[in-house]
Amino acid sequence: MNITLEIWRQKNARSKGKFVTYKLDGVSEEMSFLEMLDYFNKTIVEKGGEPVAFEYDCREGICGCCGLHINGYAHGGAHETTTCELRMTKFKDGDKITIEPWRSRAFPVIKDLIVDRSAFDKILRAGGFITANAGAAPDANAIPIRKVDADEAFDSAVCVGCGACVAACKNSSAMLFVSAKISQFAFLPQGRVEAVQRVQKMVARMDELGFGNCTNTGACEARCPKGIKLTNIARMNREFIGAKLGSQIVRH
Amino acid sequence: MIKLDAKIPEGPLAEKWSRHKRSVKLVNPANKAKLDIILVGTGLTGSAAASSLGELGYNVKAFCFQDSPRRAHSVAAQGGINAAKNYRNDGDSVYRLFYDIIKGGDFRAREANVYRAAEVSNQTIDQLVANGVPFAREYSGYLDNRSFGGVQVSRTFYAKGQTGQQCLLGAYSGLNRQITAGKVTMYPRRDMLDIVIIDGKARGIITRNLVTGEIERHSGHAVVLATGGYGTIYYLSTLALGSNVSAAWAAHKKGALFANPSFIQIHPTSLPQLNDYQCKLTLMSESLRNDGRIWVPKIKGDKRQPNDIPEEDRDYYLERRYPAFGNLVPRDVASRAAKERCDAGFGVGKTGLSVYLDFKDAIKKQGKKAIENKYGNLFEMYHKISGDNPYEVPMRIYPAGHYTMGGLWVDYNLMTTVEGLYAIGEANFSDHGANRLGAGSLMQCSGEGYFILPITIGDYLAGQIKTPRISTDHPEFEVAEKAARDKIKKLMAVNGKQTPTTFHRRLGKIMWDYCGMVRNEEGLKKAAVLVKELEEEFWKDVKVVDTELELNQELEKAGRVADFFGIAKLMIQDALSRKESCGAHFREESQTPDGEAKRIDSEYAYVAAWEYAGDDKPQILHREDLKFENVELKERSYK
Repeated sequence: MNITLEIWRQKNARSKGKFVTYKLDGVSEEMSFLEMLDYFNKTIVEKGGEPVAFEYDCREGICGCCGLHINGYAHGGAHETTTCELRMTKFKDGDKITIEPWRSRAFPVIKDLIVDRSAFDKILRAGGFITANAGAAPDANAIPIRKVDADEAFDSAVCVGCGACVAACKNSSAMLFVSAKISQFAFLPQGRVEAVQRVQKMVARMDELGFGNCTNTGACEARCPKGIKLTNIARMNREFIGAKLGSQIVRH
Repeated sequence: MIKLDAKIPEGPLAEKWSRHKRSVKLVNPANKAKLDIILVGTGLTGSAAASSLGELGYNVKAFCFQDSPRRAHSVAAQGGINAAKNYRNDGDSVYRLFYDIIKGGDFRAREANVYRAAEVSNQTIDQLVANGVPFAREYSGYLDNRSFGGVQVSRTFYAKGQTGQQCLLGAYSGLNRQITAGKVTMYPRRDMLDIVIIDGKARGIITRNLVTGEIERHSGHAVVLATGGYGTIYYLSTLALGSNVSAAWAAHKKGALFANPSFIQIHPTSLPQLNDYQCKLTLMSESLRNDGRIWVPKIKGDKRQPNDIPEEDRDYYLERRYPAFGNLVPRDVASRAAKERCDAGFGVGKTGLSVYLDFKDAIKKQGKKAIENKYGNLFEMYHKISGDNPYEVPMRIYPAGHYTMGGLWVDYNLMTTVEGLYAIGEANFSDHGANRLGAGSLMQCSGEGYFILPITIGDYLAGQIKTPRISTDHPEFEVAEKAARDKIKKLMAVNGKQTPTTFHRRLGKIMWDYCGMVRNEEGLKKAAVLVKELEEEFWKDVKVVDTELELNQELEKAGRVADFFGIAKLMIQDALSRKESCGAHFREESQTPDGEAKRIDSEYAYVAAWEYAGDDKPQILHREDLKFENVELKERSYK
């Protein structure tokens, strides 16, 4: 099929970007979306042009590298799908596809479609860990954890850190990302010990880095490729208030 | 003259590691703060090592090419992580785990290293749980285990199909803690271009900042490579597209021997190649073979839809050839059998390069719900990519390049043949012999990172406490930086017509055809010529966009492909020299009358460690003879 691509081109962080329109012929519906971009880049390079920079690595939806705004939707808008899992069968001959990088002040553009998501790492460094030195741990079965709690912790822990939640949010809020990590540890006895400090430090860091607040539109949950639930945000708020009030609220 | 000394400690097998720990030199806490360690690669093993070394008080500088350590390809390990906890009371023990790995590796690994890997596996699980890794649990609250990879005990810990992701995130959280504590400095988006060696010791690295294009110098008292495997040599593989051999190759060119380079595992259950645009082969967990039956039509080129082919026209070839194990034969055996059928013209799909994995009988017997509970996410993934619904039509699968058992040669301390240069995780060769068992990779990576390297590196660093911080103005840094810059200039100067990826794809095809699942002398010799020709063409016709001082993905790819040519040539040389079949390495000349792999212990029970002799020269073989004092060498039979 033949398609038209409207792509955000930006030389580097210092320069101004703009949309550039390209015609692309010979696209096969057997391609993944990113294979279509690979093919597009090959045609550009062979003509002596500069290819579009975009981020990827595993190409199977687990590393969290890829993340494009496609026709106005983070990851293209398909249910629980990362950009690399998107297939060209979703498009048809003659389509125009608009591709942008994540839009958020906290994620500045590095080049073309690549943004700097190091703010996520910075939030995790503020407290997204358990202080357990290697060698100090007791036997893995010494502390039983209810299956429901372990499962809930897992469901929050599957976040891939792609940033779609921030990109989809009109406030550029990182609450879904931050709350997923806080929830994971809140459900585990190993994580409870530092829960009061953790939530306060991570939320403070999140605010410093320029992410917006949550106004409960639910766009983050709708666009999350891993199905992270909005209830994580409620849990984080509860943890946060509890921490600020100086007492830990009983969880169940 | 290099003399290989594995430095295996004296004493009975079960006591070697504890004896060694008692005897290694220690560095006092005040001195640790004066020592710098460079660590390249922050996947599971690198992140674990960085956090442990930081906790001990060393100054760590950690590097990765991704934007964050959390992206490393450890994230994609699905099935689980083994440990000899014996929580199931099914007779498991450190010895059994050790024995399974040695046997699974077709007796081409070192006893002492493997035993140690099995021994620290228990501590590793404790550590990961303490770090908040949400492993699967039973209703009692205790950890769940499953059986995996064809062993007879349940020793695999798992977190649904995302065990690697959860283990990596656990190690990454520990790394983050050390970054906050100021003990680890993280340098993301960096490619390591070269190693700097001063007076025979590894003292630093040259990196390229992938955002600004700047070439940087970093110094340390020791250098650790945790840079993963090179299964991407085949271009199409189950690996992430960025996985590469360049750091290990740079170390090799500077004197680190490369061991068993041709031992690459081909995973039997991956999605097949569908078209020529495809960039990777997605893995489908091995667990599918527990319920799926593998078959091809009995009639050559049968064009009927799979559901229209009656039972009598189907060939369940694994069940036919291996009645005892059937569809559950080990990875290497299953992969070769699929290739054999497809090469004989019985393959299915548009390309004829795939076989059916059919769940019809399992669904009939157990019900759709039961199958959905076990494999729901995998079926969904398959449906998403192929467009076929595996509940209704059989899956199509084909083997794909996966894991490299080969890697930098290391001694018992995980040090390469270059003093002060270490290799951990998939980047070294140490534990898996000629074939890796399922759920063994996460085990080795976390064990070496958390518990082994942090102790063994002290033995070396204790002798470095009088060495002040290494200056990056040393002439050896000048030389290495200039070489790195020259390579970039050379790549850009070619200004040809083909993209680096085009060359990578072509190289991958040669390697897959002649140095993949099945190898023979004629094919390997042909491949050697083809690779050499392609490499010459690369240096005449590659096109690299000329933006040196900026983010330039084409330049990154070109540099990696240039190094892939080197490892490709070495793989071929290694495969040629090993005229036996063992594990993943199947030499057609060495098979039993009924077509099974024939190992030749009398001649090849050694590690082949190769010394670099120059770009266009054959490399020099050094043999480390493997001594089996605790296990008896047996033939693997699955009939």
